[in-house]
Amino acid sequence: MTGRPMTIARADRPRRRTPAPVQASGAGRLSPQRRLRRRSRLTALAFVAPLIAYLAAFYVYPLYRNLDLSLRDYTVRSFVAGDAPFSGWDNVRKVLDDPTFAPALRHTMVFTFVSIAFQYVIGLGLAVFFNRHFRLSGVLRALFLIPWLLPLIVSASTWSWMFNSESGVVNYFLHFFGVDPVGWLTSPDWALTSVIIANIWIGIPFNLVILYSGLQNIPAELYEAAALDGANTWQVFRRITFPLLRPVSAITLLLGLVYTLKVFDLIWIMTKGGPGDSSSTLATWSYQLGFGTLLPKFGPGAAVGNLLILIALAFGLLHIRVQRRLEA
Amino acid sequence: MNTRARGRRHTIVGLLLTALMLFPVYWMLNVSLTPQQDMRRNPPDLFPLHPTFEGYRSVLDDQLPYLGTSLVIGLGTVVLTLLIAAPAGYCLARLRPRGGGALGLALLIAQMIPGIVMAMGFYGIFLDLGLLNTWWGLVVADSTIAVPFGVMIFTAFMSGIPGELIAASRIDGAGTFRTFWSIVLPVSRNALVTVSLFGFLWAWSDFVFANTLDGGGDLRPITLGIYKYIGNNNQEWNAIMATAVVASVPAAVLLVLAQRYVAAGVTAGAVKD
Repeated sequence: MTGRPMTIARADRPRRRTPAPVQASGAGRLSPQRRLRRRSRLTALAFVAPLIAYLAAFYVYPLYRNLDLSLRDYTVRSFVAGDAPFSGWDNVRKVLDDPTFAPALRHTMVFTFVSIAFQYVIGLGLAVFFNRHFRLSGVLRALFLIPWLLPLIVSASTWSWMFNSESGVVNYFLHFFGVDPVGWLTSPDWALTSVIIANIWIGIPFNLVILYSGLQNIPAELYEAAALDGANTWQVFRRITFPLLRPVSAITLLLGLVYTLKVFDLIWIMTKGGPGDSSSTLATWSYQLGFGTLLPKFGPGAAVGNLLILIALAFGLLHIRVQRRLEA
Repeated sequence: MNTRARGRRHTIVGLLLTALMLFPVYWMLNVSLTPQQDMRRNPPDLFPLHPTFEGYRSVLDDQLPYLGTSLVIGLGTVVLTLLIAAPAGYCLARLRPRGGGALGLALLIAQMIPGIVMAMGFYGIFLDLGLLNTWWGLVVADSTIAVPFGVMIFTAFMSGIPGELIAASRIDGAGTFRTFWSIVLPVSRNALVTVSLFGFLWAWSDFVFANTLDGGGDLRPITLGIYKYIGNNNQEWNAIMATAVVASVPAAVLLVLAQRYVAAGVTAGAVKD
């Protein structure tokens, strides 16, 4: 999971509408009060207009272009000329019938859920551990952020070399345990596992930081009371920490889901989705179709991308609902 | 067992866990210093016993233009992001515009859209407008990663500014623009730092947009510099890893200088204070 932090704007508080005062003045003339309100509304617009223009030009329009791509029969020539014929659902149908579709969907799901499960469990364990405030705990917790801050190309290329089948350090360590060299990135059986391991490593800090700050909000008195009652560590975790952390856990997992679904860089740099299609996900497949070959298939590529948006949005809206309920 | 001994045991376990977690980072450093002829040695050298700076020399020879481009793109992204996000954040937090709630939702959804989809859309547009392979086209594309995040950070932060401060400025006769510029912005230093740091880091780290929109330009960012190294047939891993080390410097600086802003950025909104 390589997500960037996401925030909830608090701009959506219900606005209190004051009933408009009855206007008695003649046509065309505004009362001073009304003129003031109109002016402040114009000022507000001036502040937010750049953002609205920006979103329209650099979010809505690219997405529209992408949708348009997915509904037309593009070739390289017609892509440049811009006169591709409208083909409706053809690209979507083509994608769904493609033998790569089922594996890519399956890999996306395995990649996402396995990554998140490990990131969450490890992140939670570390958060509980660091919550004990021992010497150096602050410094060490900060150091744990490093994998998350590194550019993905750095992490991906480092893991690529560590996973190298002949000279990689991972196989070197494994040989102490009597394990034969594994073709991590070169064998179709292991490629997906390899990128999942690297992705777990990258996502642990995010889970750690969020879960740790969730732990900070659990009242200390609860732990003191549990200690008085003689509860052991495991009981404290099961009866206090975990239940009280549930809302934060839900947010962490859903955010992780949205972000992990769209992971592209890491897989592309490490395996390009290969060998064969053994580690291709919807994200890498979409890119492969659009840019990965000499004969780009922009239409099907865009169709896969739109499919990915739909899946991400489904989980994303669930996330927003959970978050709203927590804030209410 | 007394508490002091337990505390020490925790510190030792913590150190071991951190060492385990950061092993790949150590390995990157180690490989960056390993001579090319020892690269495929079995067993590999676990410590840089015969350190070489060949790798870093290749960085100086080949990668300086890429690093410069990334710096420019990163700074450009920060400027564009702040220009758009800071006023919008103030508006959403304080001026109660019509449709503010819908805009907040739109920003949330914007953050969920996969980068490859945006890249494909931008590719079509940039092709039409002849903007492919330009550094400032990449600034525009990279800023889309940071703008929604920035607006939300500013909105959350500026909602927390005491109303009296703004009212006082109003009484002194300052208009909305003046209040924003001389009162709100200076008070929002923390938010400005957080948004700038993340905006820079994301632009610096971006690979998807760079590879799609600037694959053949004269001015390409460092992520593509590394990618090109990896694609070479004679993969010189000490040069690749040395470049990776250099490309990690902004992240390291950020962590040292601004750790609390980083943690604030990660948790912003995900957990309610």
